[in-house]
Amino acid sequence: MPETGKPAGKQRNADRVFQWMTALCAGIVLLLMAGFFVRLLLSSRLSLAHFGWRFLISNEWNPYRGEFGALSSLYGTLVSTAIAMIIAVPLSLAIALFLVEMAGPRVRRIVGSAIELLAAIPSIIFGMWGLFIFAPFAAKYLQPALGKSLGFLPLFKGPPMGVGILTAGFILALMILPFISAVMRDVFQMVPAVVKESAYGMGATTWEVTRKITVRYGIRGLVGACFLGLGRAVGETMAVTFVIGNRHDVSASLFAAGNSIASTLANEFTEASEPLYLSSLVELGLILFILSLALQVMAHYWLRSLSRSMGAGL
Amino acid sequence: MSKSFLQEKPGVFRAEHALPPAQGELQPKISVRGLNFFYGRNQALSDNTMDIAQNRVTAIIGPSGCGKSTHLRAYNRIFELYRDQRAQGEILLDGENILAPETDVIELRRKVGMIFQKPTPFPLSIFENVAYGLRLHYRLASGELAGRVEAALRQAALWEEVKGQLDRPGAALSGGQQQRLCIARAIAVEPEVILMDEPTAAIDPIATSKIEDLIGALAEHYTIVIVTHNMQQAARVSDFTAFFYQGRIVEFGPTEQIFTKPALKQTEDYVTGRFG
Amino acid sequence: MIHRSMARRKMINRLVQALSAAAALAGLFVLAWVLIVVVQRGSAAISWDFFFHRVAPAGVEGGGIANALAGSAILVGLAILFGVPIGLLAGVYLAEFGKHSRLGAVVRFSTNVLMGIPSIIVGLFVYTLLVLPTGHFSAWAGAVALAILMLPVIARTTEDMLELVPNALRESAMALGAPRWKVTLGIVFRAAKTGLLTGMLLAVARISGETAPLLFTCMNSDYWPTSLNAPTANLTVTIFTRAMSPYADWQRLAWGAALIITLSVLALNISARLMLRGKSHV
Repeated sequence: MPETGKPAGKQRNADRVFQWMTALCAGIVLLLMAGFFVRLLLSSRLSLAHFGWRFLISNEWNPYRGEFGALSSLYGTLVSTAIAMIIAVPLSLAIALFLVEMAGPRVRRIVGSAIELLAAIPSIIFGMWGLFIFAPFAAKYLQPALGKSLGFLPLFKGPPMGVGILTAGFILALMILPFISAVMRDVFQMVPAVVKESAYGMGATTWEVTRKITVRYGIRGLVGACFLGLGRAVGETMAVTFVIGNRHDVSASLFAAGNSIASTLANEFTEASEPLYLSSLVELGLILFILSLALQVMAHYWLRSLSRSMGAGL
Repeated sequence: MSKSFLQEKPGVFRAEHALPPAQGELQPKISVRGLNFFYGRNQALSDNTMDIAQNRVTAIIGPSGCGKSTHLRAYNRIFELYRDQRAQGEILLDGENILAPETDVIELRRKVGMIFQKPTPFPLSIFENVAYGLRLHYRLASGELAGRVEAALRQAALWEEVKGQLDRPGAALSGGQQQRLCIARAIAVEPEVILMDEPTAAIDPIATSKIEDLIGALAEHYTIVIVTHNMQQAARVSDFTAFFYQGRIVEFGPTEQIFTKPALKQTEDYVTGRFG
Repeated sequence: MIHRSMARRKMINRLVQALSAAAALAGLFVLAWVLIVVVQRGSAAISWDFFFHRVAPAGVEGGGIANALAGSAILVGLAILFGVPIGLLAGVYLAEFGKHSRLGAVVRFSTNVLMGIPSIIVGLFVYTLLVLPTGHFSAWAGAVALAILMLPVIARTTEDMLELVPNALRESAMALGAPRWKVTLGIVFRAAKTGLLTGMLLAVARISGETAPLLFTCMNSDYWPTSLNAPTANLTVTIFTRAMSPYADWQRLAWGAALIITLSVLALNISARLMLRGKSHV
């Protein structure tokens, strides 16, 4: 009779240790989430105590006088993100539609991979391209054209400088475009073929099927995709830092230079020597963290209920 | 005995179901006593009681969903992989209750091997597939290891087909060969019982007949319990047959008797294909 | 009852189709435009010195990015060392043990959320955790920040890939008497090998291009990396500081470094995709 290798207790313990180790590593994820919040809160307490809620509405940003307010950064973040969404959402929808409903398998694979590669390009590359290529292009063609046709709006008044909030919005749009279209494509692909086929069988055109069946079927997922893109856009740092102009001010014109929370952090953090300056910057980070956390939670709420409702049907 | 079993209270037949009538000189290797099984709150097995004769082939038949696989999966406690599954009652292997919490499941599973419905070669070479269990349970010199691997492959009637190519991945074999590889892997660790959960369900007829021949040969050394939905297979390979329905053992006896003159109408209906 | 004009419906349909195709083309166009610019300007910067000399100080002609290349390799290597094992094990928990547990659900959700947290926030967090208390920037801090970015990506792909492994394989290994940890690491991981490797490649690709989390963790340096406890040269922050400078020479260097980063990130991505495709054919 052969002897068995190891005593039973040992193996059982090894399994228990293994399971605990995996749980521990999973716990690190939770610890990180909590850690982000706690550390950022602790490190910004000086600024929180000093400025209170005023921090959110003050436009002042003066390191020499020790006056800090988040308004211009918040404004720049929100406006550049809004521009990005206005451009990226319809384009993403169109690209997803093209990939799922129109392209043949070969074209779908090639175009699909190309769009995904666009998502892989590091943001600093987009930043450089934006600063050296796109901004001069925008100053020469895009902004004058907009000024000429829509110049009666305060949004499009002012000298075309190239860099500024509008350009930041454009670059952001390019960066979130592949991301949103990939999720939207997946949502479209989840619509059961039978549902679409029965609509086609009734003589509907591709667009009619998309508008009335696919979009309605996947609306929660499409909203989730937009929120995911939004979450990306608000925190995008390098691309924006290169092209937004870095000016602490709020102006009505989209041609004007501005800043965002992320670009302020990237530009000023290593220079901040005063404790209050540093603390104010961390508070900006805290605001960004909460903002993107909220967007992520909402995105996954939409996407999760989607997969659940579809999972039951499949 | 013409009443339908449905009119009977559970347990009425227990005494005569527990032991195959022709047992006589046969030793029970496994004795199942009052086995209940639950998936969460759903009871899948009720009060299963039967004996498995040593060095014989016992077949479990019944319509799908009757609990035959569930019953089998209790014998090596493999169901414990899933959180919400639980077994109650006793399963005695050589008189010891394997459902007792202090049972060493690793040693239990060395003694009780299992073959699954779909061949499951590990993502390893043919040699390493068979050596996997050996390395787990024994410390062997490499020469001895190779010898044992060869012996197991021979016993599984696979050696002649793979001997020059032991380094090839197990997944590169045909379906029937893969299943025999799994059998070799199971017998390499010298088990006492082999459980087979529809071992030929995913395999073509020619490969199936090879495996059926193999089952007959293996019964000399091992106690075999086979779940099958194929009644001809049960009739061909087994010495005893249990008919399950809705989680209960309806009838249990020598295979010949179950297929030619079953005691119950329900069994007769099933084995003659009138229901199920 | 009025029938909607068939011609009109068809026209709208064709219009939408044309717009969709145009949108896809626009995406391709931008990709091509960015790549062409990076290759053109980047290749002009590439020379012997570029690869084998360290960054030149202000006012000095020439110089290369050798020290930044070395620093980036160290940072990414350390990040892999921290991030991959933890991410793998967290993924194992999600797929093997915490599938239906409440902790599993919470961790899964947090992992998804963590994936979308801006990388600059990760840098800020690590700053408050490691730089502020020690009083100096370090390669350690940079690597930790990158590892935190990797962690959720690895954990989620590990979970997805392990879930593709059929339970029958786990069962048959366990039925031989293998303990769970051996089944997971020896059999399940091996069965999911290609997928796991793909996930790792994509995670490495993602962190190799990151700049923001390094800005206030390992910062940058003009010198060769000598200590993990000191500010460390790296490609992306070098690109940032050089590109934003007014000197044409420095900007050229930044384009060269941008080319290196882009090519390596794309190469990692493409090889990951090819690996997956190769597998699906088998």
